[in-house]
Amino acid sequence: MSKIVSGTAARQKKLRRAGLQAFLITMSVIWLLPLLWAVYTSFRPYAETAKYGYVSIAGTYSLDNYSNSFTQGDLPKYFLNTVIILVPAVILVLFLSSMMAFTVSRYSWRFNLILLMVFSGANLLPPQVIITPLFRMFLVLPMFSPLSDNGVLYDQYVGITLIHVAFQMGFCTFVLSNYMKTIPKALNEAAVVDGASVWKTYWTIILPLTRPALAALATLQVTWIYNDFFWALVLMNHGARFPITSALNNLKGQFFTDNNLVAAGSVLVAIPTLIVFFALQKQFVSGLTLGSTKE
Amino acid sequence: MTDRAARPGSATPPADAGGVASSRPTPRKKHYSMLSRGDKLTLWLMAGIPTLIVSVFILLPTAASIVLSFTSWNGIGGLGAIKFIGLKNYTDLVNIYQPFFPALTHNLIWLAFFLLIATPLGMFFAVLLDKNIRGTRIYQSALYMPVVLSLAIIGFIWQLIYAPEQGLLNNLLGRTAQGNQISWLGDPGLNLWAILVAASWRQVGYVMVLYLAGLKSFDPVLREAASIDGASEVQSFFRVVFPVMRPINIVILVITVIESLRAFDLAFITNKGLNGLELLSTLVTNNILGETSRIGFGSAIAVVLLVISVGPIIFYLFRALREENQ
Repeated sequence: MSKIVSGTAARQKKLRRAGLQAFLITMSVIWLLPLLWAVYTSFRPYAETAKYGYVSIAGTYSLDNYSNSFTQGDLPKYFLNTVIILVPAVILVLFLSSMMAFTVSRYSWRFNLILLMVFSGANLLPPQVIITPLFRMFLVLPMFSPLSDNGVLYDQYVGITLIHVAFQMGFCTFVLSNYMKTIPKALNEAAVVDGASVWKTYWTIILPLTRPALAALATLQVTWIYNDFFWALVLMNHGARFPITSALNNLKGQFFTDNNLVAAGSVLVAIPTLIVFFALQKQFVSGLTLGSTKE
Repeated sequence: MTDRAARPGSATPPADAGGVASSRPTPRKKHYSMLSRGDKLTLWLMAGIPTLIVSVFILLPTAASIVLSFTSWNGIGGLGAIKFIGLKNYTDLVNIYQPFFPALTHNLIWLAFFLLIATPLGMFFAVLLDKNIRGTRIYQSALYMPVVLSLAIIGFIWQLIYAPEQGLLNNLLGRTAQGNQISWLGDPGLNLWAILVAASWRQVGYVMVLYLAGLKSFDPVLREAASIDGASEVQSFFRVVFPVMRPINIVILVITVIESLRAFDLAFITNKGLNGLELLSTLVTNNILGETSRIGFGSAIAVVLLVISVGPIIFYLFRALREENQ
């Protein structure tokens, strides 16, 4: 009796597993479809999709759309703009927030809770809450050359870098201070006994131990800053200075109705983040979850 | 906390390094201190510079948004030209400015769509993937891939699907002929739903990743105990797993709310946030980018957005930090 029951139960379980597999395969295909469709479209010449229709396999395939969107869209220039903004922003935000996290997590201050709250809160605000006064501030806040060629922060790479640093600092400080709290306090005391200065304790003892968290955050920050569309849109005037993600909107106008070129351009701009996805998935996910769960 | 306060290392340098959170400096524990003057200065700078940056670029503009929302200032004539007009911007917003209520409604629809569809779907996928069946990693990658893409790119990719004549959807539906097309992104009754699908494409993966991480840290013994007690899988999820996952549920709830209020890129990429895609964020932005920028009025819209966001933010922070101290 019990044998029969367990036999049907096993079969039922097997059936359920198969159903689950089928469901997940279907969902994965649906999820991949939009990107695969963009890639497929990007390989086909416009004239042929116009002739055979988009949902067809007839005609030729080539990389022409890629070379055209690359040159017509001036993509190298915008990629360079992104690098100019992104590299200093990521380095600065990790450097500054690790110092902040070090002081609030290793030295108990009366205000460390308040500071941490204000920092994290600032990071959660929608950027549009601050943009109106920020825009006016950027028009008048001075910045010296060669970082600024008009004497202020508006319309400058350095301005966009700074606002990224300010906006991302809360999240990074929060994650890093959580991480640093797991490092034994005794290390600090040992360093103090050895006569190490605060700076030396931070730089040679705590920071190297924080490396896994820094790596995860760096991956996350590169992706987020690369993907930002908003700041340059408002805080820059010259379209030629836009980072790649903000420049996309202008490209749309240049390519007018040629969807195949749009597809190739989108895939090209997505490639750096897709590399992050394939190569650094673990870092990315651990960065995301560091912020939301505690070990 | 008290334990730490008594430590020699905690010699409480003045926290007022950046000029915020201002209060009296604390010299009274001086005799306790093992920190040299140089060390104190270092700590001051290490906390002061980040605090200064956040204060100048985030806190000051937030405060300025609030103050300016009570003024009529168009940016001409310097700060001296700022005139306080009380609540007029807010009454204008409600009584005269037509896009305001559509924008507010769209933000709420966005939130409801995320809360009722995208987030539960992401959690559902996480639960399925947590079963460790064959191919889990591949499914997981497929679902989470959109998370690394920018919303601007996502807007472009979905335009290839929604375009009236060249788009995949109308081609599959056979609705590409002139006069017979469905204008997914142009029709004000449809376009919000169309971009919500695109936004969910990303949100589902985001929630899935976070929830999966939570489930992995969940003690399997608890669930086994439930299944021995004869609970079905659905029962054991809702009665055992879900309640235990409370902290991560709250994180996901807050992320959902905040992501909904931050919605901007997709609407702006599609049509600058007009004609059915008005959101509070696009109203603020268009007010700056437009020819006649009304700073006071734009700030009033921003303050509405601020007031809505502050509740969930504070709720989240109090929880996060309270747990921290336990």
